[in-house]
Amino acid sequence: MIPIMLKILRTGIVTEPAPPPREEWRTRAAGIQDEVLALLGRALVIREVDAGSCNGCELEIHAVNNPYYNLEGLGIRFAASPRHADMLLVTGPVTRNMEQALRIAYEAMPEPRLVVAVGDCGRDGGIFGEGYATCGGVAKVLPVDVSIPGCPPPPLAILEGILAAVAARGDP
Amino acid sequence: MATPRPSVPKRLAGEVPATLAHVDAAEWTEAARVVHDAGGRLVALWGADRRPQEDAFSIFAAYATAEGLAVVDLAVPAASPAYPDLSGLFAPAGRMQRALRDLLGAEADGAEDARPWLRHGAWDEGEFPLRRDFDPAAPRAGRLEPYPFVRVEGDGVHEIPVGPIHAGIIEPGHFRFSIVGEKVLRLEERLGYTHKGVDRRFGDFSVAEGYRLAGRCSGDSTVAYAWAYAQAAESVLAVVVPPRARWLRALMLEGERIANHLGDLGALGNDAAFALALAQFSRLREDWLRAAGEIFGHRLMMDAVVPGGTACDPGERHVRSMAALADAVEREARELRDIFDEHSGLQDRFIGTGRVRPELARALGLVGLAARASGQALDLRVDFPAEPYGALAVRKCVSGAGDVAARVRVRFEELFESLRLVRAIVDGMPPGEVRVDLPEAAPGAFGVGWVEGWRGEVLVAIEAGEGGRIRRAHAHDPSWQNWPLIEHAIMGNIVPDFPLINKSFNLSYSGADG
Repeated sequence: MIPIMLKILRTGIVTEPAPPPREEWRTRAAGIQDEVLALLGRALVIREVDAGSCNGCELEIHAVNNPYYNLEGLGIRFAASPRHADMLLVTGPVTRNMEQALRIAYEAMPEPRLVVAVGDCGRDGGIFGEGYATCGGVAKVLPVDVSIPGCPPPPLAILEGILAAVAARGDP
Repeated sequence: MATPRPSVPKRLAGEVPATLAHVDAAEWTEAARVVHDAGGRLVALWGADRRPQEDAFSIFAAYATAEGLAVVDLAVPAASPAYPDLSGLFAPAGRMQRALRDLLGAEADGAEDARPWLRHGAWDEGEFPLRRDFDPAAPRAGRLEPYPFVRVEGDGVHEIPVGPIHAGIIEPGHFRFSIVGEKVLRLEERLGYTHKGVDRRFGDFSVAEGYRLAGRCSGDSTVAYAWAYAQAAESVLAVVVPPRARWLRALMLEGERIANHLGDLGALGNDAAFALALAQFSRLREDWLRAAGEIFGHRLMMDAVVPGGTACDPGERHVRSMAALADAVEREARELRDIFDEHSGLQDRFIGTGRVRPELARALGLVGLAARASGQALDLRVDFPAEPYGALAVRKCVSGAGDVAARVRVRFEELFESLRLVRAIVDGMPPGEVRVDLPEAAPGAFGVGWVEGWRGEVLVAIEAGEGGRIRRAHAHDPSWQNWPLIEHAIMGNIVPDFPLINKSFNLSYSGADG
């Protein structure tokens, strides 16, 4: 126990300040109504769905939970069930084999629901494009509020994108 | 008109000790038996449409033998493509053959399991994406079909279906547990959800550019894939890479191993309810990724290994900084290992959980770090070292226990070994160029790459077409071999230990789904 306590004390708090939201990544500027944002406030629950990514985006989404970015410190957390989620965070070009599961997850969410597409694949299919096995991006399947570019986007970009989707008026 | 097909194995150019032989059906079976009896392994099995050059399909098998990689190419008639089954001799062939049937429509004669694997219904039965006459852009209804899982019957047996979407931030796949009480009687995996049509997609790239697609087969192994691709491309193009580029590639490959082990050790602690492990290891991983981002221009080092060398030369100061970071990470990781070792709750969850005995690992063809944790001393960096590994005397980290604890132990040891290698690579890094110009590929030229990634051996094969394009290419993930072992490792364990067992292997869905 003592080594554990010492390790915690010596490490201290490494969390860095959160970035401002990246408004320009919004794809549905009118889709995110002020009332929706007021309803969500600053507490947000995310269901992440890998719709066929290479797992690179998952690695960086994991990273936003590390102590440097400390997503939970901002009142944002990941849930296991889409029924508890305000936001669907989707990676991958949406493979045809995942299309149905993605739709079911979205349908299971309570309204209002936000959709954030992560990475170049989520944006438009990325390097995999649209083909017999891939739909060519999340927007081909679901209405997307924010689309975060990058392959994969680094954690800060993911954070900026998530915040862009929930940015409340005047809030830092 | 068919080109003459000599059956004498031809040595392939390049870094990998590999041969290619064109065989007939009898030789195909004989080669499998000879390799099997000599203790060799099946590394990969794939296929290609040879039309319009020949009215045939190629079925390829790549074997690991004592001499290196032996690739055999069996030509089968396009009108009735069938080849002798390999799953009787090599267990991992089973799923690869099912995938090959789904993609190319070539049947393994005598195979027991004829269920589809990658085809979930997104394209019709009777359509084959790797055939020349398949139109990838044609509109398809894409109705998913039910899958005949094997049912376990008996008093009190019930099923838990899990996935394709799992509870955490994880790749998708379906697990069907048959259980009594909390005890797992049987697990059946159904994968293929992340199938992106990589082998077909390669045909849209040139040999010089395909590394970008290869590096996105499995993002956590992007360096291993890109290096394997580069080896294959350099074999096709018969170019020799400057020494400094080879050393930089090894620096990246060990960096990738370190980043993944740091991430997974934290996740393993977390899956046993020890949150401190996740907080600490994910912090160290972040330190490592930030350094990689600064040095190589990308946190995961995507697109940093290119055919002909490396994308950039980070320069002496940056390279040196890697050694200093390795020192700092090692100091902390050793502290954390002591904390792991002395934490009885953690050890209680690790020891004896998810055991794969060495005999089973050998019989079913386990590879990579999971194999080394089950007593199989396999490591391409030692067995067939590409420069600079020959000069670095890599230590194989092996444990015989085969349980989660053994895989954790091997992870720690490989972490420390890779940190040592990073320092040795920084010290030995030769000066000079890091990239050579590429000639245009000769149509028909064939090459392979074979790299020990952090998870296991990654294989890439390329055949060049006209105008420097890729005619056919295949990328193989070590997860093909290892996924079936998880079905065995979970037997007799309790359901709540599944995430822990799964994480201790941490296999790639995307890499194996292709």
